[in-house]
Amino acid sequence: MATAADTPRESFRLGMLIYDTRYRSITIQTIVVILAMAGVWWLYDNLMANLTALDKTPSFSFLWNRAGYDINQTLIPYTNDDTHLRAMLVGLVNTILVAVLGCVAATVVGVIVGVLRLSKNWLVARLMTVYVEGFRNVPVLLWILVIFAVLTEITPQPRDFKVTDEMIAAGEEPAASMILLDTVAITNRGTFVPAALYERSLGEIKIGFLPISLNTLAILAVIVGSILGYRAIKKHATAVQEATGIRPVTWWKSLLVLFGPIIVLLLALGFHLEIPTLGGFNFTGGILVSNALMALWLGLTLYTAAFIAEIVRAGIMAISKGQSEASFALGLRPGRTMSLIILPQALRVIIPPLISQYLNLTKNSSLAIAVSYMDLRGTLGGITLNQTGRELECMLILMLTYLALSLLISSGMNVYNNAVKLKER
Amino acid sequence: MSDLHANSALFVRKEMLPPSDPPALESGAIKWLRENLFSGWLNSTLTVLGLAAIFFVLKLGLPWFLHGVWNANSLGECREIIAATWGEDAHGACWAVIRERWNQFMFGFYPRELYWRPVLALLLLMVALAPVLFSEKSNKLWIAGGVIAVLILWLSVSYGQWIPVGILVLLAAITGYLGSRGVHWPVNLLWFTGVYTGLAFWLLWGGTIWLPVVALLGFVVGWIAFRFASNAVGTIVGAGAGAIAAILWWYFAAGALSDTLTGLTGRTQPFWLRGVDSDEFGGFVLAFTIGIAGIAISLPMGIILALGRRSDMPLVKAICVGFIEFIRGVPLITLLFVASLLLNYFLPPGTNFDIILRVIIMVTLFSAAYIAEVIRGGLAALPRGQYEAADALGLDYWKAQRLIIMPQALKISIPGIVSSFIGLFKDTTLVVFVALLDPLKGITDAVRAAIEWKGVYWEPYIFVGAIFFIVCFSMSRYAMYLENKLKREHR
Repeated sequence: MATAADTPRESFRLGMLIYDTRYRSITIQTIVVILAMAGVWWLYDNLMANLTALDKTPSFSFLWNRAGYDINQTLIPYTNDDTHLRAMLVGLVNTILVAVLGCVAATVVGVIVGVLRLSKNWLVARLMTVYVEGFRNVPVLLWILVIFAVLTEITPQPRDFKVTDEMIAAGEEPAASMILLDTVAITNRGTFVPAALYERSLGEIKIGFLPISLNTLAILAVIVGSILGYRAIKKHATAVQEATGIRPVTWWKSLLVLFGPIIVLLLALGFHLEIPTLGGFNFTGGILVSNALMALWLGLTLYTAAFIAEIVRAGIMAISKGQSEASFALGLRPGRTMSLIILPQALRVIIPPLISQYLNLTKNSSLAIAVSYMDLRGTLGGITLNQTGRELECMLILMLTYLALSLLISSGMNVYNNAVKLKER
Repeated sequence: MSDLHANSALFVRKEMLPPSDPPALESGAIKWLRENLFSGWLNSTLTVLGLAAIFFVLKLGLPWFLHGVWNANSLGECREIIAATWGEDAHGACWAVIRERWNQFMFGFYPRELYWRPVLALLLLMVALAPVLFSEKSNKLWIAGGVIAVLILWLSVSYGQWIPVGILVLLAAITGYLGSRGVHWPVNLLWFTGVYTGLAFWLLWGGTIWLPVVALLGFVVGWIAFRFASNAVGTIVGAGAGAIAAILWWYFAAGALSDTLTGLTGRTQPFWLRGVDSDEFGGFVLAFTIGIAGIAISLPMGIILALGRRSDMPLVKAICVGFIEFIRGVPLITLLFVASLLLNYFLPPGTNFDIILRVIIMVTLFSAAYIAEVIRGGLAALPRGQYEAADALGLDYWKAQRLIIMPQALKISIPGIVSSFIGLFKDTTLVVFVALLDPLKGITDAVRAAIEWKGVYWEPYIFVGAIFFIVCFSMSRYAMYLENKLKREHR
């Protein structure tokens, strides 16, 4: 009686580490990790040897030393007696300022250009194509430098704005004049814009070392409240419409809720604008926006807007024609078709690449170096680094800060992306 | 019935009337205008605004452009000529700065009598690129090849150098031999693409020829070791053996061999070219050197990183994800500062290697991380069935990647890869911040520093911008051509 032979028991052989797919990945990973760790150890060993040779030990204590240099554009109070840490924070705030301004403006310009590029108007579509191709195919550094050159070389000097009695008598116009109802002066020393002042200010509170104006906080709170109220009105109107079939008239309520509280608050605070005026050889009053910030902001905006325009165009084109035809069949007008049918679907295609454009803009803001705008790289990675000679520590903080900013933006935008993306079951 | 009708009707037309012309408003140019420019009040407003914008740009720019002066030695002279020809108030461009400083814009401070070397490197680059970019025989390629050959001859004659002709003859001989063996043109130039890397390095930086030759031999040694070992023990061990053999060659044999050979040949012409320092590089030679080297290395690196990120092995995946996300999270400028300030800290004490090389490494790492993400998108877009089909055919991982997955994934990712390349080329301008003379800021600042060209802003920017535009725009057009050529479905 023959019995089936037992399957031979597998014994482990060394060759199985390479030839057996069950063990091979472990072998490869072990080798890769060993190589990686050897590489890191090699770098670390070299670093330590070099630092010992230079008699330097890594230390971050220089951050609490006196900085001793001035920063011309600051959003938080700063003098040259403050520490390097505070200079770094000023730089960080400046980076965030230009990034936020740039992202907002680039989105507005980009969406308009992207929609216009799809316009049936032959001329406008061609013009927008020229804009997009022109800006996309040239380094952003060029645009920043060109705009900076325009602002410093072509714009008038403050004294050109001067109107003397003789000129009035002779009926001459001054060489330059302010724009936007005589509130904004563009000069080669910078752009003077009106400042917001409050007669009955609420004062400010300090969180840590950051002073925060209570006026701004109050205004923000009122705006958020108004928007919530507006939403509640719309929700109520929709509920009424679904119950009775008739949508109540809400526009006057909406207007009142949106604009009433803020006007009341501004009146209560005694809000008024301080308009820059020419005194002597320069403007006084208002806020001076340096040419460096303007050049950086405009350059980044126009460059990134060209990319955003392409993203918006691709997003709208990705929506099949059947969607708009179905919407017309339902009797929706073109405007409502765009806002209710096309854009909500296009947003899902648009947002992921839009996130990376925002990240690119934020990272490109480090080109501030070209126009000497004091951003994070200009303070921490520039003057602080040169003064203290702490290359390693400064670059480490610099890179980690940018990394944190990037992660913050992408996670924030991912939350928004998850909110608008198609809910599938 | 018909009889009745024919009898009762007073008049019946016997022949067809010719169709009448459409109404004037619905035909020809007027119809096109009405439909495309003035179809509604919004469109009409936009058209008028657009026309106004064009008008203002032309009104400002066209006279300035047309009044341009091409022959002058300084900005002051330019202005005098413009005032003399067009009146006191006229503005005009001073293109003379481009003409006068042309060499600086192109070559930076590269020694004047050695200009033939970067030019030759650029011409040979086109030869080396031909087998990579075009796979089909075409008459246009023959014409292009002829033009390049004539240019190389001209280079030889005008600079009195025989090396360009020598390379040309060698190239033609080997290509002709391969052609006679049945390898068709331009694929039979593929060997030159490999050799070109070393050749370009030698032409640009000069020095001994043996260093690049010995370095390239390392790849040959590694490949031979791989072939022998993989026949004996299998692909994976073979790949390891090849890598180890190449590293051993570079680490132990290469330096000694190169020194010995250099000692034997001495500083005689074909084996030795005058050395050029990295700080003499500048202008578009620098931009092209960094851009092309970065593009060539970052694509394979990006592929490997993308495969690593999609790998099933958690540790490999973690390393790749960490690398990609770190690089993508920081600006290129900080990486360039690391290259110029910190890299020496991480190398053995006393090493001091070339700043351009350091910058190329950083630009490559930066670009590779972005390309890896693009290719990962392409890999994710492939239907799962393709992977399963490759498994079903019994292909191992690398064969499946090479024959099934990568050709399709790369095809999907072409637009993204090319826009990464364009971005890399544009980013070469940032090297100015680590004290290299890029054409955009480094060279224009150097030009403006001269007393005769102080205050000349627009002309250099327009010139440099135009060249960047031409290069980047043609790259994106080539990507569109490639996309159409490779489109296999929906034909």
